[in-house]
Amino acid sequence: MSTSSSRRVLGPFNRVEGDLEVSIEVEQGRVSKAWVNSPLFRGYEQILQGKDPRDALVYTPRICGICSVSQSVAAARALAAAQGLQPCPNGQLSTNLILAAENLADHLTHFYLFFMPDFARDCYRDRPWFEQSLARFKAQVGSASKDVLPARASFLHLTGILAGKWPHSLAIQPGGSTRPVEFQERIRLLSTIKNFRHFLQQTLFGDELEQVGELQSEQQLLDWAEQHAQSDFGMFLNIAEDLGLVNLGRSSDNFLSYGAYAQDTRFLFDDGVWKQSLQTFDAEQIREDVSSSWLMAQPEPKHPFHGATIPDDDEASGYSWCKAPRLDQAVMEVGALARQVVDGHPLIRDLVSKKGGNVRNRVVARLLELALVVPAMEDWVQQLEIGETFCTHAEVPDEAQGAGLTEAARGSLGHWVRIKNGRILNYQIIAPTTWNFSPRDAEQQPGALELALQDTEVDDEPGAAAAIQHIIRSFDPCMVCTVH
Amino acid sequence: MMERFNLLWLQSGGCGGCSMSVLNAENPDLFQSLRQSNINLLWHPSFSESSDSDFLELLEQIESRQIPLDALCLEGAVMMGPNGSGRFHMLSGTKRPMFDVIQSLAQIAGHTVAIGSCAAFGGISMAGPNPGEACGLQYAGNIKGGLLGETWNGNQELPVINIAGCPTHPNWVVETLMQLAMGLLDESQLDSYQRPRSYTNHLVHHGCPRNEYYEFKASAEQPSDQGCMMEHLGCLGTQARADCNTRLWNGEGSCLRGGYACINCTAPEFEEPDHCFTETPKIAGIPIGLPTDMPKAWFVALASLSKAATPKRLKVNAVSDHIRISPGMHEEEED
Repeated sequence: MSTSSSRRVLGPFNRVEGDLEVSIEVEQGRVSKAWVNSPLFRGYEQILQGKDPRDALVYTPRICGICSVSQSVAAARALAAAQGLQPCPNGQLSTNLILAAENLADHLTHFYLFFMPDFARDCYRDRPWFEQSLARFKAQVGSASKDVLPARASFLHLTGILAGKWPHSLAIQPGGSTRPVEFQERIRLLSTIKNFRHFLQQTLFGDELEQVGELQSEQQLLDWAEQHAQSDFGMFLNIAEDLGLVNLGRSSDNFLSYGAYAQDTRFLFDDGVWKQSLQTFDAEQIREDVSSSWLMAQPEPKHPFHGATIPDDDEASGYSWCKAPRLDQAVMEVGALARQVVDGHPLIRDLVSKKGGNVRNRVVARLLELALVVPAMEDWVQQLEIGETFCTHAEVPDEAQGAGLTEAARGSLGHWVRIKNGRILNYQIIAPTTWNFSPRDAEQQPGALELALQDTEVDDEPGAAAAIQHIIRSFDPCMVCTVH
Repeated sequence: MMERFNLLWLQSGGCGGCSMSVLNAENPDLFQSLRQSNINLLWHPSFSESSDSDFLELLEQIESRQIPLDALCLEGAVMMGPNGSGRFHMLSGTKRPMFDVIQSLAQIAGHTVAIGSCAAFGGISMAGPNPGEACGLQYAGNIKGGLLGETWNGNQELPVINIAGCPTHPNWVVETLMQLAMGLLDESQLDSYQRPRSYTNHLVHHGCPRNEYYEFKASAEQPSDQGCMMEHLGCLGTQARADCNTRLWNGEGSCLRGGYACINCTAPEFEEPDHCFTETPKIAGIPIGLPTDMPKAWFVALASLSKAATPKRLKVNAVSDHIRISPGMHEEEED
């Protein structure tokens, strides 16, 4: 890695779920190059080797306290694939509900606790919206936290009912869920979801979820923002206009989604790849490159079924503990924006066609998902067949392999397991932020955040440069997942 | 007005799940709980505004004792590897291993608090071959020592306070911190693993809604069955020390209420049970791990007696994923 006199090391960044260090090279007041370092290594893939495959359901959720259910879902699907098991309909609905509870709670936590407090920073003192933003979003003391914390905690009662607790549940199984729902409990589930809907409509949107979900274009979004300027989403959109967040943090504009919320043979949000147009997703095209990682060198990037994670003590061997996943050699961006552009939501397709992936669009897609998924959750509860089975069963074969793909709040998550002699031979995990915050690959292609930071204007105090903070947090990174 | 109680929360080799869990605190919420107890959160990795150089400046002020530190909370294990270098977790923006920062702050702080089983004992981060060379603040698994050493005491004379759990319950954390801020916690309030007795004086078994199945040894055989999970599905609720089934999680949950085994996550070395977590190891058909304080002969005698007397309702419901026979209504049995 080259060093330069204009190079600066930034960190630690907080409100990113874990640890992050970013180095930037500045030329003429702009970032010319960026290097993203994930500084924590725990070694989950080594921990899992030799374990009973079923134990992955205990270990992998504990990779991450904020994507814990997503990790459960990926592990359960990888095992189900290895077992040749199809989850029963109730089990699938229950899994969707638990996963949606986590993903939506994460979207809410990201917006109110991680992202918006940056607009209460002193550097924005002169902006016309500052007083309002300070009162509403200031970290810990802003009025929003008094609304959001109870709303989030109440909504997560869904996980208390369906998953025992959150985070770190063992309820999600390859064949469904360990927690059947009784007749009277369906009403409690519904009322918990409707209570959350009420909060979103009153506080976040100031509008019906269906109205927000039906926004078709950037123009409609901007008109909506004017009419709903007092809602928290409206405030964000107006701040975004004033600060030009739409011109900040553009990355590769290649988007990937594994598909979210299984419904029979399809998804609520379809899988696919978006590179100016929709393409099919082929998981066989995934490779992980370790050229810039503090990991033992490999002759060529490997598919995760054959990947290895062996730390290399030599600091000069790279600049991050993170690997560099690529899809058909391309750098991909994952997350809510990717999910919605791939699925074809008209608003997001319009936003991406105009300015690609950027700070504003990423936040818009996340909040749009809150409006889209809550009604789907209400449907799923109605579809539960009370009295029918919630879990199907099968033995774990002595020799098999399976991939488990799902979407966490912050993007595409995959587990790949190979089983031999009834034990885990190899277990590889590619988390959303592994995609987004990957280091350079063998071709020296920067990762998605590294690209997004390029050309960003920074003032004399780059550490305080709010723009960098906005760009980083717009990905809703989860650093503990990244390296695992 | 009481003096403010300054608290610094750091994360190292963990998942951040204890922070996410503590955010589930209700009535009052987390920030209100801290405010009304005069606890001043100097910095938290997920909830604070300041980032980057602002944080490093704060750290310097604490280390030079310009800002008093009443309590240091660590979430996540201490990462010593590779080869004792600490490079598996360096503090971002510095060339300093995180273990060095933790060690230095623990000497300054009034109290040092381990949030979750990783910080207390090493926890999940120590599983398998312990690739990260992880340990807890004052334990490495069962063995006392850890980062700070066996005989270490904080400036307020208490050893590390281990709020173990994976994750830890929001109330365990908030109430312990409140007790510390009010000067109410002394060593008699900690158990032999330095965990607050407020939650470890209980067994997870207490308040388990499957107690009737337990009494009659009507056992679940598959995930989603209704019966007791001790005999076949690995449940350690009769041995695990925590109040999960009386305090409840996320409003009305617990692992057992969620239909899956208690894995004793408040105990050191829970991460390596030497068998599949969800399968009970047995010798001659009898589970190896017996309920806490129960003599083996008694358990065997009681179990065979109660098995002989198990009502049909429990036998049927135990291996079903919903209630097939209601109490006292045997004739209405479904197919």
